[in-house]
Amino acid sequence: MKNLQLNSEGRLKHFLSIDGLNKEILTEILDTAESFASMSEQRVKKVPLLRGKTIVNLFFENSTRTRTTFELAATRLSADVLSMNIATSATSKGESLLDTIRNLEAMHVDMFVVRHAISGAGHYIAQNTAPHISVINAGDGQHAHPTQAMLDMYTIRQYKHDFSQLKVAIIGDILHSRVARSQIQALNMLGTKEIRVIAPKTLLPPQVESMGVRSFNTLEKGLQDVDVVIMLRLQKERMTSALLPSEREYFKCFGLTEQRLKLAKSNAIVMHPGPINRGVEIESSIADGDQSVILQQVSNGIAVRMAIMSLTMQSKGEGL
Amino acid sequence: MSKIHIRDGRIIDPANQLDQVGDVYIADGKILTIQETPSDFSADININAKDKIICPGFIDLSVRLREPGKSYKGTIASETAAAASAGVTSLCLPPDTSPVIDTQAVTELIADKSEKALYPQVLPIGALTQGLEGKELSSMYALKQAGCLAVSNSNKPPSSLLVLRRAMEYASTHDLLVIVRPDDPALGNNGCAHEGVFATRYGLPGIPEASESIAVAQYLELAELTGCRVHFSQLSCKRSVIKIQQAKKYGLQVSADVAIHQLHLTENDIEAFNSNYHVLPPFRTTEDKKYLRESLANSTINCICSDHQPHDIDAKLGAFPETEAGISALETLLPLMLKLVDDNAISLSQGIAALSHHPAQTLGIEKGRLTPAQAADICIFDPELSWTVNHDSWKSAGRNTPYWGETFKGRVTHTLQGGKLIYTL
Repeated sequence: MKNLQLNSEGRLKHFLSIDGLNKEILTEILDTAESFASMSEQRVKKVPLLRGKTIVNLFFENSTRTRTTFELAATRLSADVLSMNIATSATSKGESLLDTIRNLEAMHVDMFVVRHAISGAGHYIAQNTAPHISVINAGDGQHAHPTQAMLDMYTIRQYKHDFSQLKVAIIGDILHSRVARSQIQALNMLGTKEIRVIAPKTLLPPQVESMGVRSFNTLEKGLQDVDVVIMLRLQKERMTSALLPSEREYFKCFGLTEQRLKLAKSNAIVMHPGPINRGVEIESSIADGDQSVILQQVSNGIAVRMAIMSLTMQSKGEGL
Repeated sequence: MSKIHIRDGRIIDPANQLDQVGDVYIADGKILTIQETPSDFSADININAKDKIICPGFIDLSVRLREPGKSYKGTIASETAAAASAGVTSLCLPPDTSPVIDTQAVTELIADKSEKALYPQVLPIGALTQGLEGKELSSMYALKQAGCLAVSNSNKPPSSLLVLRRAMEYASTHDLLVIVRPDDPALGNNGCAHEGVFATRYGLPGIPEASESIAVAQYLELAELTGCRVHFSQLSCKRSVIKIQQAKKYGLQVSADVAIHQLHLTENDIEAFNSNYHVLPPFRTTEDKKYLRESLANSTINCICSDHQPHDIDAKLGAFPETEAGISALETLLPLMLKLVDDNAISLSQGIAALSHHPAQTLGIEKGRLTPAQAADICIFDPELSWTVNHDSWKSAGRNTPYWGETFKGRVTHTLQGGKLIYTL
């Protein structure tokens, strides 16, 4: 099957999922992000790499953090940015996804950053858009959120350096999480020693081990000796769809408390893609504590998205 | 009516245990003789069937024509033409048309239109409940009078087991077969792919096997309770078949079919996010496929259907879960059956029986065999002729097939229905 994400020279053309990429590309993204990160600390934060390019943020699903960091990343690359909140725009008037894309294409844009509630929407747009346009997936359904995964990899590398020695635990709603899927794929691609997922059976995908992880149903077992603890956000609707009894019970079993964090290595870092539910999946004192790198993740998001945007825009021609 | 002489073909007629090279003579729409030259016979049409196979016309147990109701996806004319080119001489039309086949009037309208199309015989399946809503019984006696051989609730199983029980009792009162596509929609939970490795990897809502096998178990219990004849259609997984196997062992009168693509594709074959692979029930595991093939070989599953579901282009545009399920499958039916023979999964005679003799038995009709004095419904095909699925070869209005662009071996050259040549390559 053709690899939609790479051009004929094997360079990144679209960034839709970690699946289908390779270690070299992921490392290149991380290295490029590193060079942009040092720039953020300077007085002039802009580079002219994407001057004259037009980037459209197409958000079919609400988001503050992801959209803002994409906007900032594009601005720092000197691109022109237009953010569209489609949830309240054309499609609510009955325009199809394809027609929305075609109309924007006609306005000569160079890149779409897309968030959509349905798995595969990013692939669908990439398959149907004009050849000169790059598509970046900012989260599609339960499928993938690859820029989030890359900023997480960046953060892990920043603190832990060598993936081959690491034990990483991902805790929470793995079943519905596009973040977890992309993280698992990226961690595996970068050679992580051991990846664990910890959740009640109702929130674990069937045959999750096929993704290259060990699964646990209790924090007590799963957290033993891990170097990285990644918490996932628990959506309220999981309670109404009979997947969990209550937030309280969830916190009792799967909430990250100081007591439980002691099971991990003493220098373990705690991550969360945000927004966090204090007292539901994580205790406040941990979210704000020494081991938490949650805000660092947000800062890193800008550099990593700058790297991904500039790399996809530098590759020429259509995908294979 | 034309007198037709088919020469020198390999005649395979599983019902009469016939497999030999010879001639078939047709007059007055019926088979006159096989092998023996009738006296005073001068043919109006001569068909040279050398190196070809002559077999009973195929009887397809599930073909969506899309008319009435969704003629932008396909029409009785376009889809029966596709069926004729696939060697199909009779086809069952599930009742989920619009309006639903729950009155005599709709049944007659469809019969009328398909007669005008002059293509395969269309056998409308009546609705089990009014409007397929699963609440009130349909007028099954009237439907039977209008020509329905079976009733079904199509892809919308009644949510109440009590209604289902009564519907099955009533169907059994009128000796109507109940056709079931077993599915528990609550467990399916609007999924679009088999709940397994593929769905997990791509974050697609999954459908567990249990959503089918639990429904099979319920229908088997109700068949026992009501004495109703049940035919399970489009089975997808091993666990369902095991339940049917056990029930048959204890003497329950049930039969089953499988959609041809389930015998070839699994979740591993799905191209990521290619909506042409979106089908319900979903493609399952390699083990399920293997078991379905074995069950066909040992006759636990005795029929193959195409589960033909043509779609317009828009229906398949969009991200995978948003698209409509179904494959335009009539025209790849024969080559995919022949591929099963090539794979040594079944014999050629078994494959032909699963497409003709067995569906006829299931429906209780005098078809699916090459018997003198019976209607001349015949398919002639060249098992070696290779062809490519493309715009030039395709007849169906729906081009939604995962096999688009693929080259196959085996193609129908002539189709006769009631002694009329309804298709010539």
